[in-house]
This record gives sequence, C-alpha cells and structure tokens, in this order.
Amino acid sequence: MTLDGVEPIAMDFAGAGDGRERGLAMLLLSMADDEFVIGFSDSEWTGIGPILEEDVAISSLAQDELGHAQALYGLFVDVVADGRDADAIAYDRPPEGYLHARLLDHPRGDWAWTIARRWLYETADAARLEALATSSHDPLRQLVDKLRREERYHVMHVDAWLDRLANGGDEPRRRLTEALAAMGRDAGTVLAGLPGETALVRHGIIAEPFAAIEARWRAVTSTRLVGLGLPALPGTADPEHARNRHSEAFRALHAEFTMVRRSEAGATW
Amino acid sequence: MVMSSRHMALGRVPAAGVTRVRAILRTVHDPEIPTVSIVDLGLVHDVRVGPDGGVCVELLPTFVACPALEAIRSTVADALAGLGRPVEVTFVRTVPWTTERLTDAGRAGLAAAGIAPPSAVADVRCPYCDSADVAMDSAFGPTLCRSLFYCRSCRNPFEAFKSV
Repeated sequence: MTLDGVEPIAMDFAGAGDGRERGLAMLLLSMADDEFVIGFSDSEWTGIGPILEEDVAISSLAQDELGHAQALYGLFVDVVADGRDADAIAYDRPPEGYLHARLLDHPRGDWAWTIARRWLYETADAARLEALATSSHDPLRQLVDKLRREERYHVMHVDAWLDRLANGGDEPRRRLTEALAAMGRDAGTVLAGLPGETALVRHGIIAEPFAAIEARWRAVTSTRLVGLGLPALPGTADPEHARNRHSEAFRALHAEFTMVRRSEAGATW
Repeated sequence: MVMSSRHMALGRVPAAGVTRVRAILRTVHDPEIPTVSIVDLGLVHDVRVGPDGGVCVELLPTFVACPALEAIRSTVADALAGLGRPVEVTFVRTVPWTTERLTDAGRAGLAAAGIAPPSAVADVRCPYCDSADVAMDSAFGPTLCRSLFYCRSCRNPFEAFKSV
C-alpha cells in the first residue's frame, strides 16, 4: 500500500529503527482508525434505530468500538511516544491523515447498508484479531484477548441481521444485495497489506501476512453469502490505496466528530 | 515542613492492612447493581499497601468501553478516604476480566437484582421463575455487559449478564 506522500505518523519517531516500531505504529493506528470511524458512524443511529431493541444494540456496538479505538490509540501513543495523547491522535489530524479502510469511507446509508458494511467489517476484523491473538507485542496481545471476548457478540449480532435481511422478503433482500454489491469491492481493504508488514511478521507481532488472512476470510464469507443465495464477494479494487484517498462522506463525518474539539479544545464531560 | 508533619500525623493512624482495605471494598457496589459488591463482581485485581501506608487498588473493567469506570474509581477512592492514607485507584488492562471472576455471592446478587448470571446462551435460566424456557431477544441490553431475554414460562422480560 502506498500513502501518496501522506505522513499520518511522523515516521522518523524515536525507535523507528529496524522497522518493528514503524510497522507496529501503522498496524495500531489503522486498527484504531477502523474502530473509531465505524463506531462514530454507526452512533448516528442512536435515537433513530429501526426498532427500540436495535437502537440499543447498534448504540452499544458503536460504544464498544469507540472504547476499543481509545484503547488502541493508547497503545499507539505508547509506541510512538511523541508527546501526543490518545485524544490528540483521534481528533487533531486532517482527514487525509486517517488510516481507516476504504470500506469505512462509505456512509452508514439505510439499515441494510449499515448491516452490510458492519458484517463485512466485523468478519474481517475478527480474522485480523485472530492473527494477533499470539502477538509478541504484549500490550497488543493482552488487549486483543479482551477485544475478542466482546467482538464475538458483534459478529453474532450482525450475522443474525444478515440472515434476517437475506430471508426477509423482496425489499430487504434487494436492499442488502445492492449494498453488498456497492461495497463488495472495498470489503477486502480491511485486510489489505500494510507498509512495514514484513517486519511485523518477522517479529511475531502478527501471525502471518495479511494476504493469508484475507484469503481465509474471503473463503469463509463467500461460503456464508452463497449459502444465503447471495453473490460471493468480488476482488478488492485498487488495494494499493486501501487506506487513503478518503471519500467526501468521510470528510463530512470528520468535520462532525472533530467539531467539539475544534470549538472547545480540552473539553471533557 | 508541611510534608513531614503530615507524614508524622499519618504515622499515628493504625496501619491499614490489605485485609482491612478488602473489607472496605466489599461495601462498594456496582453503580447499577446494588446487590453485588465490586469484590464479588471480580473487579478487584490487586490490593497493595506500601511501606508508607499508601493504598494501591487495581481494578479490571468488565468491558473496555464501560462508561461507569470513572464512577467506580471515584466511589472506591471515596470509600477508602476514611483510612487517612494516600489512595491510588487504577484500571488494569493487561489482564482480561472474565465471567469466571464472579464469585458465588456475586452470581446470587445478580439473580437478586433480576439479572441472570452469565452462562452459555443455551443454559440461561429465568432469574424470576428459574425456567429454562427462555429466548434471547437481543445480545445487547441497557449496558454493554448485559443481554435481553424473555421468559416464555412466567412471561417476564429479563436481562442476562454477558458471558465473556
């Protein structure tokens, strides 16, 4: 993956030495940004969920992701140690400095779109966490142990919704199919290769290259989709730019989630 | 010097042993579940009393994003303030809180509050009538740590603590 000259991290930070810290920083920031962006985006459903129980559920999912993002940003600042805290990382970068996957550049859309985006993301994230379960970076392995216990409920919940929409009659199925078709070519961006990935594998920070994780995820998700009578996922479009060149929809979201920070720096509640 | 006189004053207070600190922690309850202490909930990871008498309490968050952490931390600090010792309360993230950390008293306390104790989804029983004829409405309830169930036997909706 190239970054078109964008430097989301000051890549010359102390300790960037043999590539381990640089790769680790890139991994942590991309994961944190993924969780932060989908968490903030799905929190837009709070108060307007399709039914009360689902309003509560999607809000809980979003809350979980924001907490996970906060913990991952915390690990990131410990590695980079450039004086910025987790809030500064979360809120003070320009839109082009975020490293979330292109899948999450899509807006939440309607309910079918939200479910399709979340199902594609949760299944990929679960595969990524599995590959980090034995990580040599102790703080990451310990956090991943915790995250997997919580994310299990996310996958279970969104997979039940996938089934419900796929078998819910003409309109839900049509909307789901359209959403999967529109986002399918971006789904693999969550597991696209990262700069510095070779060092991550060499140091045992991640169990195997992203290409291997992606292949296994693709096989499992395609089996599930085909089993529901839906098309298998298409190949990933432009994997070289999986985590940059963000959309107008993300720029609007960014303007929203940085609003408080921009208008009242240091605000807490 | 102000500091040394304060230390001398503290020196006259009987040492607050770990046992005494733990006894006080038993009086601190989950902010939303008044029938369960944070000890029985398994939140207390470690209690240490330093040579200077300073108390350090390490807690585990049940869920990473739990918004009640600050409330729990300040309640613990307030409860220990009577010891007249420096108190430090921190959350530890290197060890996961798991369902197994709940004590039997904690499980009974959850049931008394109308919340089914954590178990495999297929083994959840109604906290009101003990029926196993229950169905999960939603994995996500009013807090991150609870799911929504319905009892087909006594027709009560109820919550179950998530198993993690």
